[in-house]
Amino acid sequence: MATAHTATHSASTHDHHDEHEHHDNFITKYIFSTDHKMIGKQFLVTGIFWAIIGGLLSIIFRLQLGFPDMELYWLKPLLGGWIDDAGKLDPNFYLALVTMHGTIMVFFVLTAGLSGTFSNFLIPLQIGARDMASGFMNMLSYWFFFLSGVIMFTSLFIETGPASGGWVVYPPLSALEQAMPGSGLGMTLWLIAMTFFIASSLLGGINYITTVINLRTKGMSFSRLPLTIWAFFLTAVIGLLSFPVLFSAALLLVFDRSFGTSFYLSDIYIGGEALPNTGGSPVLYQHLFWFLGHPEVYIVLLPALGITSEIISVNSRKPIFGYKAMIISMLGITILSFIVWAHHMFVSGMNPFLGSIFMFLTLIIAIPSAVKVFNYLTTLWRGNLIFTPGMLFSIGLVSFFISGGLTGIFLGNSAIDIQLHDTYFVVAHFHLVMGSASFFGLMAGVYHWFPKMFGRMMDARLGYIHFWLTFIGVYMVFFPMHYIGIAGFPRRYYSWTNFEFSNMYTDLNMFVSVAAIITFGAQLIFLFNFFYSMYRGRVASLNPWRSNTLEWTTPLHPKHGNWPGEIPTVYRWPYDYSKPGAAEDFIPQTVPLSATPESNLPHEQELVKLEKAIIADEEEVLVANESKES
Amino acid sequence: MEEKFEYIENAEQPIAMHPKKFALWLFIVTVVMIFASLTSAYIVRQSEGNWLEFDLPSIFWYTSGIIVLSSITLHWGYLSAKKDDLQSLRTGMIVTSALGFAFLVGQWYSWVALVDRDVFFVGNPAGSFLYVFTGLHALHLVSGVIFLIIVLISSFRYQVHSKNLDTMEMCLTYWHFLGGLWLYLFMFLLLNH
Repeated sequence: MATAHTATHSASTHDHHDEHEHHDNFITKYIFSTDHKMIGKQFLVTGIFWAIIGGLLSIIFRLQLGFPDMELYWLKPLLGGWIDDAGKLDPNFYLALVTMHGTIMVFFVLTAGLSGTFSNFLIPLQIGARDMASGFMNMLSYWFFFLSGVIMFTSLFIETGPASGGWVVYPPLSALEQAMPGSGLGMTLWLIAMTFFIASSLLGGINYITTVINLRTKGMSFSRLPLTIWAFFLTAVIGLLSFPVLFSAALLLVFDRSFGTSFYLSDIYIGGEALPNTGGSPVLYQHLFWFLGHPEVYIVLLPALGITSEIISVNSRKPIFGYKAMIISMLGITILSFIVWAHHMFVSGMNPFLGSIFMFLTLIIAIPSAVKVFNYLTTLWRGNLIFTPGMLFSIGLVSFFISGGLTGIFLGNSAIDIQLHDTYFVVAHFHLVMGSASFFGLMAGVYHWFPKMFGRMMDARLGYIHFWLTFIGVYMVFFPMHYIGIAGFPRRYYSWTNFEFSNMYTDLNMFVSVAAIITFGAQLIFLFNFFYSMYRGRVASLNPWRSNTLEWTTPLHPKHGNWPGEIPTVYRWPYDYSKPGAAEDFIPQTVPLSATPESNLPHEQELVKLEKAIIADEEEVLVANESKES
Repeated sequence: MEEKFEYIENAEQPIAMHPKKFALWLFIVTVVMIFASLTSAYIVRQSEGNWLEFDLPSIFWYTSGIIVLSSITLHWGYLSAKKDDLQSLRTGMIVTSALGFAFLVGQWYSWVALVDRDVFFVGNPAGSFLYVFTGLHALHLVSGVIFLIIVLISSFRYQVHSKNLDTMEMCLTYWHFLGGLWLYLFMFLLLNH
């Protein structure tokens, strides 16, 4: 019955999207595209570009840290004057490298590259919409990001070097040009680039929220949304609430830098001369910055968690364990992310009582996080696991989320934080839980949705090699850092050779650097696989992972508008895998309950009547309209 | 039959709200966050002491009156558009735009008044914050006035009437919001300076 229905629906379609696809030329199709799929791919390719740059920067400073006596003449063609006559890396440029690595990875790769790619690509496809609420705003979002990237990229090549005050750009270091070379033009360009980046994120976020709320297809209630969409939705909400605050912080910093105000500056002497600024407070900047900075961690992580939920469920051939608990814990993380920012400031002279409040709130985040981990593990438990590369990367994410999350419990304690603050322990913590976990989410997403993006499969064998090298490599890089951190190595230092205690860790630092280079090298396998498979990969089937969600009901190469006929209607939640009684181990969301009496649960059997009534009603309307048109 | 037809159109696009209007509300949320962060920064900074005390320019009372009046005239214009009274709509739009300009001019004179009492943008953050609040609000208000003028022009082209109110309603929402935002800032300054 129901199949007959869909047929009538598509026959009566009056959709014009296919027709104007033919008029697209190169520029409107690949450059100034308003198609969410193309914009998603634009974000992905730009994100990959930035990941290479950000990774290369980290390799350069890892060389300095692991091999402080190494002669780096061979880098002179690339770095020029930043390698001095003795073949050493310029200390100022070292700081610039660390700063740019952080900025690029956090904002350009894991915010724009991850959220930008998958929110754009998946939201309309998985909720059953033709496109985003505003294709134009979406295009604008990408081009603001691109412009921001161009400015940031330019700042790498200027004479005084890019911004160098750390990715958090704390004043007064970042506010005073005299403080360091990077606080001059480089810092100005950083601020301009970030302004465009904020505009891009907000335009994107407004679009994602509007689309998820307003453009869902028939039957796609919030309780039937795939967890990916929930994650992207909540990420966009966090971004919408926190990026404006970064804008405020940056605005006041611009006034301090260029107009001589004293929001963050007070009683500063440079070379014995007092500066005119009085009455400012640098801690004020930290409050404003971390009000964005902490939610930003979840902006980076939540999409990866959403992607993982979907991939683990599909490849375990089991419904996700605790669908509602997953949503509630994501909501909990969203809310908590806004009231824990001061745990980054335990050593800023904060009132210890206030510190203990923030410590309490911070530790509460362990609950929703643990719920998520538990649900991932119980979904995997006794599932018919299929180890696709995407699945492996998802499991890798869960591993990093656990091992990195545990150290968060240490750092969240204000008393322990006094010892560990700004050491390599912190570096190890956030690179595992936020950096690597999100990066693995990104990779999992690329492997999983590559067939939908380009109509071809990525090579699985290369995917496995890429996974194992990266997975082991990441642990080799970041696990030793815990020990280095507990031993007291402060982060952002150019060299520790003047400290006696550092001698016994020289080999460990060397090990980390070598592991980092190998891990970076392993990404070349991915790059080859990605671009080769785009043109030469095996042509994908329509639903290669036998998945339930709507994006796999589109043609192999969906045109602008996604579905050639009517948008499919949704009749069930997206996790009907291995349902008892069903012929196949998956039932797509478009299959009505009335078509699967053998596998319906008692309460679903009740819904069948309602479903039939609605379908009959619509049929009547359809016939009425058709007779009216003719 | 008419009602049935309505139903299928809704089904085609199951929209809870006009997407553009919804996006406008989200934009308003971002503006709220900017001013919420700035005003809380003001409180945090003020509590640390070394704070310049000065009287607010009395012109703020007049500009507040103007902005309230402009919201009333715009709403009158909107109600006229609903009743297809295009003449009143145009009058309402013209008066509102003029009041918007008047508000901006008034804010400029508030800066003149501040300079007269030796409160400058550069100096104690107490004064700097005041300039940032008024300046940033004025910047948003300029965008509001541009929006008003766009609606004003389309009202002369017969594009605003009871069947086509979406743009007008968005303009109304934004303008009321900007007025409310100013009243919030003014009250905040009255209570916390």
